Formats: sequence, C-alpha cells, structure tokens
Amino acid sequence: MSWLKNWTWPTRLRDKGIVGMNRRNIRYIGRYNARRLYPLVDDKLKTKLLAQQYGITTPELIGTVTTQFGVKHMRDMLDGHQGFVVKPAKGSGGKGILVIEKVENGLFYKPSGTSLTMEDIERHVSNLLSGLYSLGGSPDVAVIETLINFDESLLEYTYEGVPDIRVIVFKGYPVMAMMRLSTAASDGKANLHQGAVGVGLNIATGAALRGVQFDRPCYSHPDTGHDLASLVVPQWETLLHLAAGCYEMTGLGYLGTDMVLDRKHGPMLLELNARPGLAIQMTNGEGLRRRLDLIERQPDNVPVAKRVAFAQHHFARKSELVDNPDTPSATA
Amino acid sequence: MSRLPFYFIVGLLLLVGIVASVHRHLQFEIPWFPGEQRQVWEIEAVINFNAQNGPVQVDLALPSHQAGFRVLTENTASSGYGLAYLADELGRRAQWTIREAVGSQQLYYSVQMLVSPDSRAPIQTPPGIPAVTPWESPYDTAASQLIDRAWDRSANNATFARELILDINGERQGENARLLLTQMQPSALIVRLLNQAGVQAREVSGLLLEDGRRRQTLSSWIQVFDQTAEEWTLFNPATGEQGQPENLLLWETGGRAVLEVQGGTNSRVSFSMLTHYQPASAAVRNHYSDDTLLNFSIHSLPLEEQALFQTILLIPIGALVVVFLRVLVGVKTSGTFMPVLIALAFIQTSLLTGLIGFLLIVAVGLIIRNYLSYLNLLLVARVSAVIITVIAIISIFTVLAYRMGLSAGLTVTFFPMIILAWTIERMSILWEEEGPKQVLVQGGGSLLTAVLAFLAMNNPWVRHITFNFLGVQLILMAFILLLGNYTGYRLLELRRFKPITEDEKPS
Repeated sequence: MSWLKNWTWPTRLRDKGIVGMNRRNIRYIGRYNARRLYPLVDDKLKTKLLAQQYGITTPELIGTVTTQFGVKHMRDMLDGHQGFVVKPAKGSGGKGILVIEKVENGLFYKPSGTSLTMEDIERHVSNLLSGLYSLGGSPDVAVIETLINFDESLLEYTYEGVPDIRVIVFKGYPVMAMMRLSTAASDGKANLHQGAVGVGLNIATGAALRGVQFDRPCYSHPDTGHDLASLVVPQWETLLHLAAGCYEMTGLGYLGTDMVLDRKHGPMLLELNARPGLAIQMTNGEGLRRRLDLIERQPDNVPVAKRVAFAQHHFARKSELVDNPDTPSATA
Repeated sequence: MSRLPFYFIVGLLLLVGIVASVHRHLQFEIPWFPGEQRQVWEIEAVINFNAQNGPVQVDLALPSHQAGFRVLTENTASSGYGLAYLADELGRRAQWTIREAVGSQQLYYSVQMLVSPDSRAPIQTPPGIPAVTPWESPYDTAASQLIDRAWDRSANNATFARELILDINGERQGENARLLLTQMQPSALIVRLLNQAGVQAREVSGLLLEDGRRRQTLSSWIQVFDQTAEEWTLFNPATGEQGQPENLLLWETGGRAVLEVQGGTNSRVSFSMLTHYQPASAAVRNHYSDDTLLNFSIHSLPLEEQALFQTILLIPIGALVVVFLRVLVGVKTSGTFMPVLIALAFIQTSLLTGLIGFLLIVAVGLIIRNYLSYLNLLLVARVSAVIITVIAIISIFTVLAYRMGLSAGLTVTFFPMIILAWTIERMSILWEEEGPKQVLVQGGGSLLTAVLAFLAMNNPWVRHITFNFLGVQLILMAFILLLGNYTGYRLLELRRFKPITEDEKPS
C-alpha cells in the first residue's frame, strides 16, 4: 500500500489547524469579503489609485493602455525607460505579466535573457486588452509600471524575478507571511505552483521559518544555492504596517497582500488578492485555523499599530532552519 | 448568523421532494425500478400545411396492430375540424375536414404503441397485381433485362426481390438500372419491376423508433408476398436486407400515400417519439387520470416537449456529479460545467465513440490553435476562427467515418461546437502558461468528470427516476445546497497538505 503514504487523515489536518479550500471559500472569503469590494482588488489600476489616496507606496506608474489604438503609441510611452513591467489590470495568478529588465538596440530583454521585439510587446498588450488574461475574458487595461529595484540584501535569494512577500491580513491583523523566491523552474515568476520557493516568515521578526518547493521542504535556493536560514526581511515592521493598512483601504476582511522591497522606497504594495491561496500554510508548516480563530475573538476598530503589535506578540515562531532560536530582528 | 433558515429550506425541499415522489408512486403506480414492465412508445405526428381560404380535407394513414406492436390509445388535436376514422382492408386512415380554413394549419395525432414481441400481424390476403403500365422505349428493354437477370439468379419471390434490389441499389448497379432510375424513385421502381414480373409487392412507409427523436420522417420499405408462407416479407430497399428491424413501426402498409391534403399547399407530416416503461396494468389506468390537477407532470405536455425534457431533467444529475467531484474530491476541470455538456454528447454518441471523437477534435484543434496564436488576432476573432476550425474538423471526421463505413463516427456532430472551441482555447492558453502537464491534469479531470456524469446520466434507473418523478429534482436541489455548505477538506487536499503533518513528528 505504498501509494497510501502520500495521503493523510482529515483528523490530522484538523489537528494541525489546516484550512481547506471549501472552508476558506465559505467561512472566510464568503463571510468577510463583500462582493461589491472585489473590483477594488481585481482591478490593479484601481488598487493603485486607491493606495495613493491612503498613502501606501506602490511602484511608479509609467502609463496605461486602454484601447487597441493606444497600442501603437506605446513606443513613445516606453521611450527612455530602461526596465518596465506590463500587467493586465484584471489579471489573476500572475498571468499576462511581462517583465522587461533592459532595453538595448530596440530589443527588449526579459530577466531570463530572452529578447523580444516591439511587435512582440505590442501583440502581448493587444492580447491583454482583448481579455486573454483577465478573469472571465472581459476586455482589460494594460498597466505599465517601472521595474522595481529590489533590495540588494535579498538579491542572493532569488533567480531572475523579483521576490515578493505575501502577508495574509485577516480583519486588519497580519496573520501569516511568506516570501516567494523565483527559480529557474518558475521562469522568473513568483508562483509556487510553477516551482517558486516559498519561505515561511516569522510574523514577529520577518526571519525565515521554513522553505518549501513543490510542496516539499527545501533548505537552500535551488539555483543560487544560498542558505535560506539566514534570510531576514529588512524593514519588517514598516511592511507589516503597510499590509495591515490595506484593511482600512479596501474593507476586505480576508485579504492577501503582495509586497516588494525597493532599494530606494522600501516596502511597496504590489497587488491585493481577495482570494489568497492556501499554500502559505505549507511554507509556514502550520495551519491558519488557530490564528484566524484567535483574531475572530478580537474586538473591531483597533488601530493599525496595535494590531501589528498583537500579531507580532502572538504569532512569533521559532525557525526550523536554524538550531539557535535568536535570529536577529530587523526593524526599520 | 443563524443557519436555521438554510436547514429549514433544505428540509422542506427534501420533504416536498419525497412526498411528491411517493405520491406519484402510489397514485399512478409508477414503480421505483424500470424492470418488470412493458415498453410503450408514444408517437406524435404533426401535420403542417397552408390552407387556401376554402374547404380542406386531410387524409392521414394510421398505424394498425402489427408484428411487434399493439395500438394502446390514440388522440388527435385539431380545433374546428371534423374528424372521422376510416378503415378498409388496406389499413386505417384519419380524415379531418373543415369548410373554410385560412393560413398555416397544424393538426396533431398521437398514438401509444405497446411493444409486444408476440403480437402477430392480422392475416392478410394478397391483393391482385395492379395493372402494369407498359414502359416506353428504350426503358422497356432495360426493365426486362433487369428482370431476367434477377430471375435467373433467384429461386423464389423473396430471393428474386433481393437480387432485384441489389441490381438497382447495390454495388452491382448497372447501366440499365441507372437509366430507369432517371425516371422513378428507387423503391417505386423496384415495386413496379416486381409487379411486372408477376410478384405481389408494395411500397410501405415505416418509422424507425429511437428514443427522444424529434422531427423525424417516414422511410420507404418494400413488402413482397411470399406465396408458400402466405405472408408479407419486408425488404430494405437500400440494402436488400430481408426482415423487419426490431425498432421499425410500419405506419402505412396499403401502398397508398401517407398524407393527402386537398385545399392546402406545402403540406408535410413529421414525427416525434418517446419511449417509457410502465406496468401493463397502469398502461390503461394512466389514461383515465390524465386530467386531474395533481397530475402536474411533464407527461401532460406534447411529445416533442416531453422528449426534450427527458434530457433536460438529466442535467441536474450531471451537475450533482460535478459539484461532488469539485467540492468533495477537488478534481480540476476546464470550464465548470463543460463536462456535463460533453456527457450529454456522449449519450448521443455512445461512450467509446464519444471519447475518441472528443480527443481527436481537441487534439487537432490544439494544433491548429497553436498556429493561430502566431497570427496575432484579437480574442473574439481567434475564438471564432477556432469555432470554424472545430466545425471543419467535425465535418472532415464525419465524411471520413462515412467513407470508411463507420456509422458510429457520424454521431460526432452531436458535440457542442462552441463549448469545444472554448475548451480548445482555454487548453491552449493553459499549455502556453503552465505547460502540457496542467493541460493533462485539467483535460483529464474534465474527461473523468464527463465520463462519470455520463455513467450517472445514462443509467437506466436514473433515467427512469428523473423522468417519472419530478420530486427527485427537489431532492437533488437539497443535496446540492448541502454540498455548497460543506467546509471540510477535499479528498485531494489530504494529499496536498500531507507534508505539513509528517515533518513535525521528530521534534
């Protein structure tokens, strides 16, 4: 019965406090995320504008393309920019995101080194506008942002793409966090199911707890070979405050915030997700259930700083990657 | 937030569903299982014509007791028309008459035929051979040559008829046959030649019975009188095959026209049919309780709509399978209810043909779609191009299958083409973005769901229950509502989250 080894019992999952897809949909997304608020996060352009209102830093907007006619004028818009990112405003799961790292002799280079011509980029934007990457195939808008100059301290933990930090924010409390490191297998994208490495982060300090690739434990980055144990996210508290502030900004109770660290601007909000995935439990080696239950018992209308402090106090964990528990805490 | 109203609704649905089903079981003696019953065919004929502002007389041939079938009940619907049933030794006819009629007219005739394998045709004396109108030159020599050739190669009336049919319609079709076919329809020609050779023969019209078929027409068959056995034998005029297929109902056996309309133009008659099973005792009883208010069922609808409903009522079963597989198991499919539509197509095509057809269409479609992605088209235009591609693929496969003599291949036309086009489009994007593995996972998940939905929907017991007990729909609804409330783990999550549970044991 060797195939049974890959299966576990529902009772054991419940003991670990794992939240399943059905429970997430009914108990958390269905109950805490009002449908009318979805457009705020499903449309990245709206999120961006809203974030500016609330003083939450986001990557700088180069411009938007809204019509097929506008595709022809994209050349002027991109002129002078050395690196940029094209995103569908209503995309999901990282689909349709095109990262251009540098421009040389009229050729555009992806982080993997593949070169694209202007026509390739125009076709990509044209597909994007007609809704190829959007939820439900509805017509879309292309958002073009500056490339993020991500923090050098994290450089050795990633291969090609930008490592991003996902924080699950429940009723305004940051409950669980992970960092997603792109790998050769994931083609520079930070999607776990495509082969990116997920690293669970200690909510108290921003230090690595546990690394996972393809749902299996891993201790160093598969491409750079760098040890994951020493990974600590700088400016962690600022990042948590930013993430927690997204609750007031959107009103969504169960929220996935994707953040990046910029060399100059510090933590930045990349995008929000009203249906965050469950893989974060794998990277933390712990279920969400107990943390969510604890937050559900907390009163409403607590200020951001108090919520962050509460989470840092209650959700502090020890790393599985190192033997001595005192990982240095990095605060901004 | 109280869940009480929810459980109340679910309970109410269950209760009403069960009570309605039990009531139908007790009141109308409809059994829970499809076994131990008689098969009844309900056949409805619709006559359409345009009246010409004057008196109208419509004559329709009616089926009689015959080998394999017995007439149970018959009804007509024809407002304002006078109606008479006429019968003579050549068969029964219905005659509708009206003094004045304007515009498009519709007359309905429906009959319930009981399938009874031991029923025999009434004894019929052979009619005299009708006067043979002589052929003109050069047709006369062609006709006599055909007759002579077939006569030489045959031993009796039956074999003579078979040889003649093969000479005219089969592979042996020669110059003579082709010449005569310019003058007459094949079956009329065969009957005329048979008569010319002194063999009693006539052209009859039959209906091929297939469950749930609509807008069917009668097909032409040939009966030859066998002198020694003193009975009529039936021949297929296309293949020369002897004997009556089990699902052939002879509608008109007198050698006369099926429909005659005086005072109208553009007349035509089309048939819809449906089969269901009922206990022999209830076959009569059901007839009496037709008009009570409680008999609120789709069985009071015209047959054409009933046939439609038989399929529609199966869709909730397919939906239940999809909900079950997605919520409790966690199977990934491409398009939520696409598998149900594919399963509906499988019902028409049979499982194996359907699977092969589906895989062929999607595989070829993916290759062509791969080329389309280089053309840099807008989404709507590209999907439209894929739709046309799918239609082309289906046409080519149908023609190929027909050429190779695979009649099963002809049924691929039942596939929902727009759904297939979207499936191809989605799979193609999936391929580009996530690689072939995800295509296999989602495509395999969709096919697995489709096959399971097909097996559920094609089960005779399920078909019997859903069609005869409308209360079951409410019970299905209650189950689906309950499943929509399930917050537990999915089966595949037990595998997905396994790594979390194991590696904490050592510490």
